[in-house]
Amino acid sequence: MDETKKTGMEADDWEPLKAYTNARIALGKTGISIPLKESLQFRLAHAHAKDAVYSQLNVPELEATLSKIGLPVYCLKSKAENRDMYLQRPDFGRLLSADSVQRLQKLNSPSADVCLIIADGLSATAIMKNAGPVVQLLVEKVRQEGYSLAPLLVVEQGRVAITDAVGEWLRPRLAIIFIGERPGLSSFDSMGAYITYAPQPGLTDERRNCISNIREQGLPPELAVNKLMYLIQAAFRMQLTGVTLKDNNALDTSVVYPQLPE
Amino acid sequence: MPYPFTIGSFTYRFVDLKELLAKASPLRSGDGLAGLAATSYEERVAAQLALANVPLTTFLTEVVIPYETDEVTRLIIDTHDKQAFAPISHFTVGDLRDWLLSNEADTPVLRQVASGLTPEMVAAVSKLMRNQDLILVAKKCEVVTRFRNTQGITGHLSVRLQPNHPTDDTKGIAASIIDGLLYGSGDAMIGINPATDSPAATARLLYMLDGLRERFDMPTQNCVLSHITTTLQLVEQQVPVDLIFQSIAGTEKANASFGVSLSLLQEAYEAGLSLKRGTVGNNVMYFETGQGSALSSNGHHHVDQQTCEARAYAVARVYQPFLVNSVVGFIGPEYLFDGKQIIRAGLEDHFCGKVLGLPMGMDICYTNHAQADQDDMDTLLTLLGVAGINFIMGIPGADDIMLNYQSTSFHDALYLRRVLGLRPAPEFEQWLLRQGIMDNLGNRLSGNTQKQLYAALVD
Repeated sequence: MDETKKTGMEADDWEPLKAYTNARIALGKTGISIPLKESLQFRLAHAHAKDAVYSQLNVPELEATLSKIGLPVYCLKSKAENRDMYLQRPDFGRLLSADSVQRLQKLNSPSADVCLIIADGLSATAIMKNAGPVVQLLVEKVRQEGYSLAPLLVVEQGRVAITDAVGEWLRPRLAIIFIGERPGLSSFDSMGAYITYAPQPGLTDERRNCISNIREQGLPPELAVNKLMYLIQAAFRMQLTGVTLKDNNALDTSVVYPQLPE
Repeated sequence: MPYPFTIGSFTYRFVDLKELLAKASPLRSGDGLAGLAATSYEERVAAQLALANVPLTTFLTEVVIPYETDEVTRLIIDTHDKQAFAPISHFTVGDLRDWLLSNEADTPVLRQVASGLTPEMVAAVSKLMRNQDLILVAKKCEVVTRFRNTQGITGHLSVRLQPNHPTDDTKGIAASIIDGLLYGSGDAMIGINPATDSPAATARLLYMLDGLRERFDMPTQNCVLSHITTTLQLVEQQVPVDLIFQSIAGTEKANASFGVSLSLLQEAYEAGLSLKRGTVGNNVMYFETGQGSALSSNGHHHVDQQTCEARAYAVARVYQPFLVNSVVGFIGPEYLFDGKQIIRAGLEDHFCGKVLGLPMGMDICYTNHAQADQDDMDTLLTLLGVAGINFIMGIPGADDIMLNYQSTSFHDALYLRRVLGLRPAPEFEQWLLRQGIMDNLGNRLSGNTQKQLYAALVD
């Protein structure tokens, strides 16, 4: 914006309005077009989002982090073999690969109260950043309440409903999946948590509750875990999750949705 | 009825019209997901060759979803205008394609024939057409509608100002509205997607919008895109409702997943008409659609997603809508995978809607998990401008901070108006000139309006 260069850039007089919204207002213009600075800022935000979508779980690192929690950790895969397949075939992301099914069968694990699943979803970046501390905190609280825990499951190329496929073999009373949310331009590292009571194949998303935007700059780990504990206890009390659970308690509805697009 | 087609020594057997339409569709991920897509390039063209030979009258006897089980099918068949159909009733789908492109099919002729065409006929012919065919024919269709201003006159391009905010904060929304107005957007409507669907929150936004409109005497219309039952409730409470919004789809089952039926839409339409809030006309409905919605609600009956989408237009046209918006890339890559598929779908939707007589606009958009970017949006935006689209979206910096997707910006709208010499809706353009916001070349002026609008926000 060096005036002496006379590039034709014009700022907008109403820049103070930016105080009211994070929307991209008062961007200024050259001719009728968007200034380069703003165009490149947009591109950078989009680049972060795209990189997050194509990011991969660092499984050894995640396994090492989760192992410290004191539960066995098992790494599984969905039927979606790669990211492009995952994006085009959401049905594959909801099913376990044949190998993974075999592993769960061999586990022959007794039915636990709570099963925690960690899946990349649409942002492995979100999981690598947020899953460790949140899962650790939640496991502590769940143990304090005297609930039993299934082994921790890490799933690559997983969607929310892979919870149901896990449920078929492990039969937990309740499962929570931590999953990378669809990146937006303003956040590419948000983690979601979906809670399903008595997960089994054939459930639909209105049978789950969701806590969204878990990350340091959004819903921080401690608050997220408090909300999850509230939902876990309500779910065990009412023996269900989903729309009805939302309707019957006073949780902040801006945070707890019965369902969210993946 | 089976539709065999032989290429070389191999005969493809398409078991019914539904399968033929699906296999003839240009490739898109949603049809693959549904297991309906052609399995080879040759099979797709074989289906197109076979489809070209199908008489249009077949579409009146072989329905893709049974008449008995689907009220949209009943609507299509029961409201078919035989008189309008008569001049083209001897055509095959292939003949229709050639005729639509002919000089004989000019603007008045296309207007007359619209009610004689069923959505399946139009979907079928679109599958045989190249992108330039879709553009050329759509450009010949002029669909004009009115409420507080006039939409769709050839040579004009309107913009829906979409000032969404993640918590519906009134000042945050007003800030985006002011930004958009000062960039010449907002003539199609000022339309907010609310973060919550509560009647109280929706009413609060409607009062805010109406206050702003009255204060500046803006010749435009407002809409808060809550569920139609919420809007009906607010109409009863005499909240200032201009346009009545609803998402619709092309099958009874998919509509049920949106919580609507034809009778509910009719009830809302009548409620909207009764308000008489339009000043230059009384087109009161605003519909949004999009390929893939029938499949995502498991209500597609194994009909391909583009045919389902065209059937949604048959629903829309019953209610004389002010505007119809295909939200083309919002649904995600499992339905439209990349920029190429989004661009193709956008041109198909605009063509099908226009030929059926609808005031089509488009949310030219994508999500971050689709293989698309702003360059693809520029391409589709330009193509649809050439095709004579009625309106596009205007979102600050093309970045919707509530719905988390990317669309087109106020700047993009000014670009399209400038490169194609398009003007805002006439009444709104006069307002922009009167307020000193723009000159008649579309250049922004510095004037008193900015300060007044700013003051309105701070109040």
